[in-house]
Amino acid sequence: MTMMSPMQTNPTTAAATVPGTAEPISIRAAGFDGFYGSFQALKGISLDIPRNQVTAFIGPSGCGKSTFLRWMNRMNDTIAGARASGTLTLDGEDILARSVDVVDLRRRVGMVFQRPNPFPKSIFDNVAFGPRLHWRHSRADLEDLVEQSLRSAALWNEVKDRLHASALGLSGGQQQRLCIARAIAGGPEVLLMDEPCSALDPKSTASVEELIRELRTAYTIVIVTHNMQQASRVSDRTAFFFEGSLIESGQTETLFTNPKSKQTEDYVTGRFG
Amino acid sequence: MTDVPHVPVARRLLANRLFLATCVVCTGLAVCVLAVLIVSIMIDGVHRLSPDFIANFASRKPDQAGIRAPLVGSIWVCTICALTALPVGVGTAIYLEEFAKRGRLTEFIRINISNLSGVPSIVYGIIGLTAFSRFFGWRAGAEPIELGSPDSLLYLRLPFGSSVLAGGLTLALVVLPIVIVASQEAIRAVPNSLRQGALALGSTRWQMVSRLTLPASLPMVMTGAILAMSRAIGEAAPILVLGAPLMVLETPANLMSEFTVLPMQIFNWAGRAKASFQEIAAAAIIVQLAVLMSFNALAILVRQRLQTPLQ
Amino acid sequence: MAQSAVAATTSAARGTPIPRSSRDRSERVVKSVLLSFSLLSIVTTFSIVAVLGIEAWGFFTGFPDKPGIGLVPFLTGTEWSPLLGGEQKFGVLPLVCGTLLVTVIAGAFALPIGLVTAIFLSEYAPSRLRVVLKSALEVLAGVPTVVYGFFALAVITPALQRFSDAFGTYNALSAGLAVGIMILPIVCSLSEDALRAVPQSLRDGSSALGGTKFDTSVKVVLPAALSGIMASFLLALTRAIGETMIVALAAGGLAQMTMNPSSQVQTMTGFIVAIFTGDAQANSVEYASSYAVAATLFLMTLALTLAGTAILKRFREEYE
Repeated sequence: MTMMSPMQTNPTTAAATVPGTAEPISIRAAGFDGFYGSFQALKGISLDIPRNQVTAFIGPSGCGKSTFLRWMNRMNDTIAGARASGTLTLDGEDILARSVDVVDLRRRVGMVFQRPNPFPKSIFDNVAFGPRLHWRHSRADLEDLVEQSLRSAALWNEVKDRLHASALGLSGGQQQRLCIARAIAGGPEVLLMDEPCSALDPKSTASVEELIRELRTAYTIVIVTHNMQQASRVSDRTAFFFEGSLIESGQTETLFTNPKSKQTEDYVTGRFG
Repeated sequence: MTDVPHVPVARRLLANRLFLATCVVCTGLAVCVLAVLIVSIMIDGVHRLSPDFIANFASRKPDQAGIRAPLVGSIWVCTICALTALPVGVGTAIYLEEFAKRGRLTEFIRINISNLSGVPSIVYGIIGLTAFSRFFGWRAGAEPIELGSPDSLLYLRLPFGSSVLAGGLTLALVVLPIVIVASQEAIRAVPNSLRQGALALGSTRWQMVSRLTLPASLPMVMTGAILAMSRAIGEAAPILVLGAPLMVLETPANLMSEFTVLPMQIFNWAGRAKASFQEIAAAAIIVQLAVLMSFNALAILVRQRLQTPLQ
Repeated sequence: MAQSAVAATTSAARGTPIPRSSRDRSERVVKSVLLSFSLLSIVTTFSIVAVLGIEAWGFFTGFPDKPGIGLVPFLTGTEWSPLLGGEQKFGVLPLVCGTLLVTVIAGAFALPIGLVTAIFLSEYAPSRLRVVLKSALEVLAGVPTVVYGFFALAVITPALQRFSDAFGTYNALSAGLAVGIMILPIVCSLSEDALRAVPQSLRDGSSALGGTKFDTSVKVVLPAALSGIMASFLLALTRAIGETMIVALAAGGLAQMTMNPSSQVQTMTGFIVAIFTGDAQANSVEYASSYAVAATLFLMTLALTLAGTAILKRFREEYE
């Protein structure tokens, strides 16, 4: 299986960021609180997520990491009683403001879910779903875009002969990569991944992890995982959440080998969680 | 604690067997009723079936009577009913399932729909008569207002009177709750993960509905719609209240034409004492059941053809 | 915020973006159209209440040229003779009695048989037989009620007459049995749904304690599904009370206070049919009385539907 690097597929973005220098910030949270009704799920989170890096959120179940992720594209809007306060910005623009066009926000901030959720449509129509929502493309451009996206998601070679077959016929790992292709086809800047490998077998997990590392060059990636090995394998930076608070964040290597907090140390060494 | 009396196993097994026997008898009875129903109607009516019976208009002489007017009338009424009840019913279901926020108004609409489904169809007939045939007494006693030419299909006369349009709209009221509830169930069966996926890609609600939830739930929506239509085509009570004439000697030419429907014709014939009328009533029932069977077959076909597995 | 987006995928940038304004406008239009559709159902209810209420009110309190009947005499009177040439009497009880007699017969036939059949289908029947029986029931459920009316006249009444000379051409038993056949599929399929909704773990638990299939079905599954079953009963009875064509054909046209199944009775729906197929003048008292009867019918079915909804709501809470 040959894999085209996203560098080649996305020269625009690649040129927009300069690797190796100071890290421009993509998403910034400051004093961020999140609530479900009267329950405070997130307490005073302050965190900078650098552009074109992979940031992993780790922590035990119910620590608020998924909730935080779902605020970044305002998916929590669909939940009755969910509200938030504090600062949360994307490229310096307020994500939480009422005036924000959530539709455009979600085009800029793509999301991949825990379980693959391909639409009951053809593979082609799945990938073309996002672009068709936001852009008017010629048929040729659309076909080109679908191919590029599937190549970026390392799925093109497996599906190029059956683009118009149902997406539900793919294996679990293929379905999840299709969902990634679908998320990047609309042209997002950020990709949110909510435990994207938890429903996959080890082999599929490996291919998705490899994909995440490759996509980093073109996208800012935030991944929620309960698997610490996975966090250490794929991420540049890691943030540890516990009971709704951000305990510690930093370079992944540092956080795993030399944690500042006792709680972090207990968690990453497997003493609890 | 040694002498606790216990139910002998043999007796419990006997109870088990007796109960099973009761079950089989009851189920058998239900099946027998269906068999007797079909066989008796066949015996009474099948020899009356002929091309003439389909092609002829009603007549005082049973040998010459046919069901042309009610058959065509049923098709007209059912079409009008489908064209009005389906968009409104499916639209309501979409609103309630995909757009409405939980609140008092939504809850009120939900309870209201469940109550409407319990209202007897003859009450809808009275409402249809008052609202569509008489426009709530507007211009009672005066000449109706005419719009367009009687030669045109869309010729209108206000109020609608005992016209095929009033009939179709009244039946739409009868089946609306059925369409709404069936469509709600269909839409609810679409997994939430698909909605989340579409929203996360930046769909608006309507884009999500029109491109994803509606296509995905279409087979179930269509099945519900066909079953609702088969209810509509079997309804006689509301049409009876609207005042369909006893003998209709022409098929509808426009929306304002007089009409009758198959169940009304069956009612008229079945109520007569003469045996020959009973026979043509049975023959008309056979045609009616054949129409319903083809509706059911269509529903099954739609279900199988359009079925896309939803995870 | 919308325009500052830098598309990460070049091809996306090649297309023309769909402007927010047009998208938001169509979203608003669609939403208001759908909302107005859902409000139509409220308009329908409002029309039912208004039309029946106003006409019945006129019937009770009187029109400019005619005296009213009064609510109390209407609800408590035991004679109903609106069409007879002599003195008109408007006591609704004979019609209510006729309706209840037919409904009781229908219920006595359909509820036990429907429930036992449902238990058989849900707990005993092999899946193949179940599919066949369920489709037979679906056929029964789709049969127009006028067909059952014909069946009552052509098959059930002659059969009853063979047993006893007491049965005339029109009688309550024949109509009641036909209504029972009509509601049988409703009882059966809704009760079966309720039984199947009982978690398998309960059945396993009962079997593991040494319960026979009978013990499991009747002592464990049945009580667990009871509220769903009650709701199906109520729904079926609602349909029986409102059923029109069967009683119009087979029950007769004489309103009388009787619980004798061999006598002819007139139901509320039967009376409404008699008015609208007869030659009653549109502004006569007997014509107005049909609205009062329809209002009574509407209130009775409404009460049953509300009771069914309340029971089902409790049922859902038990499992969620």
